[in-house]
Amino acid sequence: MQPEDQTLDQVVFELEIQIKNADGLHMRPAMQFVDLASKFESEIVVSNDQTSVDGKSIMQMSMLAATCGTKLKVRAEGPDAKEAIDALRELVEVKKFDEPAPGEKK
Amino acid sequence: MEIKKGIAVSPGISIGKCLVIDAEDYRIPRRSIKPSQRMMEIQRARNAFRSAIKELAALESQQEEAEQRNIKDIFAVHLRFLRDRSLRKRITDMIHAESVTAEFAVSTTLREITSHFTRVKDAYISERAADIYDIERRLLRQLLGGKREDIEHLTEEVIVVARQISPTQTAGFNRDFVKGIASDAGGRTGHAAIVARSLGIPAVVGLEDFTEAVGGGNTVIIDGNRGIVIAEPDQDTIAEYETYLQEFLQMEQRLDAIREKPAVTRDGVRITLLGNIEFPDEAQLVLEKGGEGIGLYRTEFLYLGSEQEPTEQDHYEAYAETINVLKDRPVIIRTMDLGADKYTQDKRFVREPNPFLGLRSIRFCLRNLTMFKTQLRAILRASTLGDVKIMFPLISNIQELMQTKLILRDVMEDLDDESISYNRDIDVGIMVETPSAALTSATLARDVDFFSIGTNDLTQYTLAVDRGNEMVSTLYSPVDPAVLRLIRTVIQDAHKEQIDLSVCGEVASEPEHIMLMIGLGVRKLSLAPPMIPEIKQIIRSVTVEDCNAVARKVLSMNSERQISTYLRNAAREVLPEAF
Repeated sequence: MQPEDQTLDQVVFELEIQIKNADGLHMRPAMQFVDLASKFESEIVVSNDQTSVDGKSIMQMSMLAATCGTKLKVRAEGPDAKEAIDALRELVEVKKFDEPAPGEKK
Repeated sequence: MEIKKGIAVSPGISIGKCLVIDAEDYRIPRRSIKPSQRMMEIQRARNAFRSAIKELAALESQQEEAEQRNIKDIFAVHLRFLRDRSLRKRITDMIHAESVTAEFAVSTTLREITSHFTRVKDAYISERAADIYDIERRLLRQLLGGKREDIEHLTEEVIVVARQISPTQTAGFNRDFVKGIASDAGGRTGHAAIVARSLGIPAVVGLEDFTEAVGGGNTVIIDGNRGIVIAEPDQDTIAEYETYLQEFLQMEQRLDAIREKPAVTRDGVRITLLGNIEFPDEAQLVLEKGGEGIGLYRTEFLYLGSEQEPTEQDHYEAYAETINVLKDRPVIIRTMDLGADKYTQDKRFVREPNPFLGLRSIRFCLRNLTMFKTQLRAILRASTLGDVKIMFPLISNIQELMQTKLILRDVMEDLDDESISYNRDIDVGIMVETPSAALTSATLARDVDFFSIGTNDLTQYTLAVDRGNEMVSTLYSPVDPAVLRLIRTVIQDAHKEQIDLSVCGEVASEPEHIMLMIGLGVRKLSLAPPMIPEIKQIIRSVTVEDCNAVARKVLSMNSERQISTYLRNAAREVLPEAF
């Protein structure tokens, strides 16, 4: 993870994260993602190969239709960009939205 | 003044103020607005979001006690969608850029999102389309809610103008006040047409874009005889129509005069005329028009009238009310025939891709046994009150019939156990309305007491034509040679097995088709009550010999056009004044 811009309160962080829960980024995980992203002041942009969307909009996030295994680029820009990226990575890759990974029992 | 030509589906003339309604389960027509109205529409969209959020938040908080985390999650997700600024912006931008109504913008935007989801390969994600559909309907209810309520709480006479009229809406009609129906969509045998005829109010359908030509409160003339509607007529036109209306009423009175006379052909053959009804209070109309019983009692209104599934008592009371009016005359109760429409689709998370070939009618009942048995119990209990018969719709093969009869027997045994009395020998019959049932009618006839040919569905399924789709509705004809061959087979098989046979489709109320039906061997017709006098007059003007000749001639013809032209001419010869 490299900060690209080091002006005092305008920091940009970017990171690739992978969806690891079996059912993918369906409605409830999308809601968790959006809720968490909305806690930060930074602007959050999430992209797949085709499109970039606002990480604070459930409509846009759910329309990414990211299935298990999909890699998404998350970009945060703002005073709390690093904290936002860390928290979102933890939700997606570590907590896996509190959902089972493929093969795990529900 | 604007004159539009549509399809005349229910006779009569009506002049009155119109009420324009929208159906929540259909695509909202594109309604252009003036640029100056855009701010108001944007405000309406905002208000709809605000009210929908309020409604959902209330629902969500009610779930507090429940441990249903999933349900709570669904509400939470929907709430976030409603609060999503980018969604709202997309809608308000559309109103602004394209000058359309809030309904249209909401519906179009959310349907774009829905179609995005349904294209995703992953099943779990594509199913989320249902959530968006739900959000769309919640918003549309907010936007259209006031107008829909109007129809249930009318206080003055109106003419209902709609894009398409759904069964739910007609179930909510206050029939003292609805004086005419005009719809953009629909054909001769669509729901609006059937309901209008049974209520005896004039209706014109297939008007394409009439809803865009009128505004609520405009004066409208509906000419259900000629299939014409006129928006904002001038004084001369109104005067002309008032005269015409008087003449029409006089002709109706002349027809009513033959009410007491029997439906007998000139050579002395008795034809039984029964009424098709939907609501208990139409039973009286059947008798007033000279009907000898109820040949088709549709029971769908019980399911459509309220949010909850009807209880056994609801069923029983409706049946008892009708039977008590008819006394000892026959009442054929058809079990629930819903499907391919709002009622069954709403219960599904994902809509059926091909509902007319899907889980409808008897198939739906066989999958929802508790609901089905409730209705059967009520019918059986009511069977002691009069001459009640039970009829199953859409039977398409013998196993289905056997399974259905087995369930009926189960219900009888339950009643025996509880010592509740019912008519043990109740007549059980089926609607023959699928090509498969018609082709195997020789087999089916052995296990039923009567057949009733439902020509509407039989025609639709035989010719593979959606009767409500204006683009193909010209292909729809119950006198197509293919349909007539099936009808003849069913009649012959019923006669061979010596079971009762009637025809209850729209054919029975079509003056031009009566001679053919009699010629094919039909002696019992069930039709919309207001049509009974006219059909009786035709019967009283023909001989069976003439009818047989007509049928022989028709069966030798190979094209629908040839047949319908021939039938029209034959009917004109018999009764010139009716045409």
